[in-house]
Amino acid sequence: MNRHITDAAGLSLRRIAAMVLRYWYLLRSSWPRVLDLIYWPTVQMLMWGFLQTYIGQNAGFFARASGTFIGAVLLWDILFRGQLGFSVSFLEEMWARNLGNLMMSPLRPIEFMAALMIMSIVRLFIGLVPVTLLAIAFFGFNLYGFGLALAAFFGNLILTSWAVGIFVSGLVLRNGLGAENMAWTIMFIFLPITCVYYPVAVLPEWLQLVAWALPPTYVFEGMRALLIDHVLRLDLMIESVALNVVWFSAATLAFFELLKSARRNGSLMQTGE
Amino acid sequence: MNIIDPAIAVHDLVKTYKSGTAVAGISFALVPGTITGLLGGNGAGKTTTIAMIMGLVAPTSGTVRVLSADMPRQRHRVLHRMNFESPYVEMPMRLTVRQNLTVFGMLYGVEDVDARIGSLAAEFNLGDLLDRQTGKLSAGQKTRVSLAKALLNRPEVLLLDEPTASLDPDTADWVRGRLERYCAQYHATVLLASHNMSEVERMCSRIIIMKQGRIEDDDTPVALLARYGRSTLEEVFLDVARGRAEAWEAAQ
Repeated sequence: MNRHITDAAGLSLRRIAAMVLRYWYLLRSSWPRVLDLIYWPTVQMLMWGFLQTYIGQNAGFFARASGTFIGAVLLWDILFRGQLGFSVSFLEEMWARNLGNLMMSPLRPIEFMAALMIMSIVRLFIGLVPVTLLAIAFFGFNLYGFGLALAAFFGNLILTSWAVGIFVSGLVLRNGLGAENMAWTIMFIFLPITCVYYPVAVLPEWLQLVAWALPPTYVFEGMRALLIDHVLRLDLMIESVALNVVWFSAATLAFFELLKSARRNGSLMQTGE
Repeated sequence: MNIIDPAIAVHDLVKTYKSGTAVAGISFALVPGTITGLLGGNGAGKTTTIAMIMGLVAPTSGTVRVLSADMPRQRHRVLHRMNFESPYVEMPMRLTVRQNLTVFGMLYGVEDVDARIGSLAAEFNLGDLLDRQTGKLSAGQKTRVSLAKALLNRPEVLLLDEPTASLDPDTADWVRGRLERYCAQYHATVLLASHNMSEVERMCSRIIIMKQGRIEDDDTPVALLARYGRSTLEEVFLDVARGRAEAWEAAQ
């Protein structure tokens, strides 16, 4: 009997590394997958960048608020691509009919989730770093010029994206690939409500209450404060972190409940539609 | 684990779905180091039983204990000492055989994964396939890869679902021999679901026959043949599947 690197009762970094390696092998073996990571962020950034250039030439406010659209689109991509990176890696297991292998292996759900989080960052970097460099080249917009604020924005957005990714993965586990569309579309509800491209004040009052319950709203408001008023709103970042803790915990609890339900109704045996 | 503890103990196990009952109160215990066949027609409840033993499906009632751990609650205590092979679960197709075995070796906590893959590749004649994409292999080659994966961690409990499906008779015979040697060498307990009666007859010291979620019979191959007055296990299986067992019992 072979010895084991870790105690069977504990979490294993080696198992997390195994899953990251699995997704890395997959990405490496498929250039269309890599291209897909870069394609849409580039298209989005170029479209919004040129629109901003046009508006900026014709309106004083937008000339002052230079970069808000490009900044918003890049931060939105962190949120959207972060969740997609998490969910697509999970869906790869469903498409490959490999979930049974994983669920009957010593891999723990929490280790699986950790690997998916790491992969969402890897996929995000592959997709976004070239786009941020293009933003500098085309529009002179340097996302890295945000400095420490970028770390706060990134941390909050990626936490929200993971929370949504975890919840969607639970839904797919419980309901099979019939719920796959949720992975592709659920984040779009955040687009109007978290006020990616406009201030919260634009929303009707009742919807503002909803917006302020979502962590990304604070990030996009914080970005506008930084770009327009040149102020880093730490209060907004702290509120966003607090809300993220709540949303992330709720999503994790929901995932475990959905997993338990999937074990009860046998859906882990049927990973198709 | 106490020496007399069964490797797998199933007690009054029931699994009910909205669509009906898949497993209707079965009990059995497997002695360590034995190979037991699980027979039954389609929908008899074999796959659900195996899934409950692996902790993939939660029982509606009853208990499953594997290596003294309650499944699925304590599955992480023992999953690294178990493994399985099933044609209904695939390995990622875009990964090469070596990459897949590396990933699963790491998941199962195998030390020196490369050496273990090398030795399994030699045993299962996978040397030329290691750097080919798993999805591009023939069905028989995939089965050999799945068996190599199932033995990666030298499991004490091995659940096999149609382990020689898609293999030519020569390779299938070789695989059976390999599995028998493995069990003898490592004192492993095997639960084998198969529709290949000659395979079950050759490998298993005990046979459990399921029908409509219940255990219809449970004995050694020799005792079953004698009880049904048949010369092959296939005839016994057909008697049970077509309800002739009850007729035979009534006639007795």
